[in-house]
Amino acid sequence: MTSVETKSRQAGKPDTGQPVLIIDDVVKTFGDAEEAVTAVDHVSFNVKQGEFVAVIGPSGCGKSTLFNIIGGLLGEYDGNVMIDDERISGPHPAVGMVFQEESTFPWRSVIDNVAFPLELRGVAKSERYDRARHFIGMVGLDGFEKRFPSQLSGGMKQRVSIARTLVSNPRILLMDEPFAALDEQTRLLLGDKITQIQQELKQTTLLITHNLTEAVQLSDRIVVMTYRPGKVKRIADINLQRPRTSDVVGSDAFGHYVAEIWNDLREEASRGMQETEQVARADRRHG
Amino acid sequence: MASRKTPLVATHWFPLTVGALTFVAIGVIFEYLLRADILNRYIIPLPSDVLAAFERIVVEEGVLTRTGVSAFEVLTAGIACIVVGVPLGVLLYRFDIVRRALEDWIAALAAAPIVLAFPLFLVLFGRGSTTVIVIAFTYGLAPVVLKTLEGLIETRRVLINVGKSLNMSEMQMFWKILFPSAIPSIFTGIRLSWTFCVIAVIGVEFLVNLGGLGQLINDLAERYDMPGTYAGIGFVILVSVIFFIILEWIEKWLQPAR
Repeated sequence: MTSVETKSRQAGKPDTGQPVLIIDDVVKTFGDAEEAVTAVDHVSFNVKQGEFVAVIGPSGCGKSTLFNIIGGLLGEYDGNVMIDDERISGPHPAVGMVFQEESTFPWRSVIDNVAFPLELRGVAKSERYDRARHFIGMVGLDGFEKRFPSQLSGGMKQRVSIARTLVSNPRILLMDEPFAALDEQTRLLLGDKITQIQQELKQTTLLITHNLTEAVQLSDRIVVMTYRPGKVKRIADINLQRPRTSDVVGSDAFGHYVAEIWNDLREEASRGMQETEQVARADRRHG
Repeated sequence: MASRKTPLVATHWFPLTVGALTFVAIGVIFEYLLRADILNRYIIPLPSDVLAAFERIVVEEGVLTRTGVSAFEVLTAGIACIVVGVPLGVLLYRFDIVRRALEDWIAALAAAPIVLAFPLFLVLFGRGSTTVIVIAFTYGLAPVVLKTLEGLIETRRVLINVGKSLNMSEMQMFWKILFPSAIPSIFTGIRLSWTFCVIAVIGVEFLVNLGGLGQLINDLAERYDMPGTYAGIGFVILVSVIFFIILEWIEKWLQPAR
């Protein structure tokens, strides 16, 4: 079952190297003409088959807006987000989303959570349980099938959400800071898990994050965004060897990449901080 | 592995025993105050007499049949509250115009002392169980509607987004996400509603001297049978407690996860 599953996933995908997700000159503005705020400003990049790309930027750089546009939750925007020559204007079956907030269904057991997308498609119970078990094993939760989310830790719940997304065989795994609420050690270990899964499935992944080490630990490329309006500042290649584990965190090359990207980010982050402080001061004066 | 001894206060039965002993202690204190003539025996009966009167009300006053009558009225009204209240709550959620038109009225209904309008119901529905049931229903409806609405509104945004990302239809979204997510809140509404139904049924029976346990208490009070009256009140409390324990069991059984 396991090998068949993995093979069919690979067989169904085009050759590595082809862009599967194309983000082309995307602009998103919120609000009316006078008080309009541009969240995403002429952003372009693409994600190739089997590649792990992270989008990193300070708070308020439009990362989450971009996540919602690619996931099809924000239908109206300028420019194009393309999958298979199809412009995204609503949720696309090729995209599987993992949200920042804890998003398991508390009334369903782990296995019923993971099998949920298959249940919607009318897959027979035994088959969907088989497939769910496969992915529960992959995220390292064997033995927890019958537990309910209230009996799991935060990290375990996020793994359930990841398994639930993977069970649909998405061509693109889209994650919005899935480990933001977790402590640093859990985050590193889950990073290992993600790397392992990504390598096993050759899973094309786009990760939205504000965490530098997480981005470098996991990615092949990192898209660095500017503070509001969110533009692409630089796209950095991360040439750390694969297969990769969290051991890489101690290497010189890792430190070099982190420093390099922090160089790009520092200016943006401090600009964000200054603007937030100015707004807070103005509020205090007027309020 | 060595098993550690559970401290006494952490055991399951400790709080129950403390509760029971407190109850007994209050009885003993009253017994003493009454026997010492510090309190007036014509107004408050001796707890020991009340205890003795339990047997009398069961054997002579047909208390079990009366419990059946009251239970029937409570269950009918309570089930009607669910059958009408939950869909009404869903309707209020689904159609904003309906919500804006009705929500305040329903909230007002929850706060209104409807029992006082019993003469109107007597005229409309006659002097019988129907009146009791209708008043109890009117009394218990609002919490179910409001709590259903609240549960649906408070469904976490991210769960709805999961549904959207999976391209779920509106019906799927309702049955697979919104409704299950609202169930704990709906249960709170049902529990409140059934509490109101019990109060309304016993209260109306007492007020109009009609039917089950409420009428019994009224009868005994009119006969100035003080131990009997208190025993009757005690019996109603006992039945209510058992009723709500069963309700809690059902709730736990239906949602093992929470």
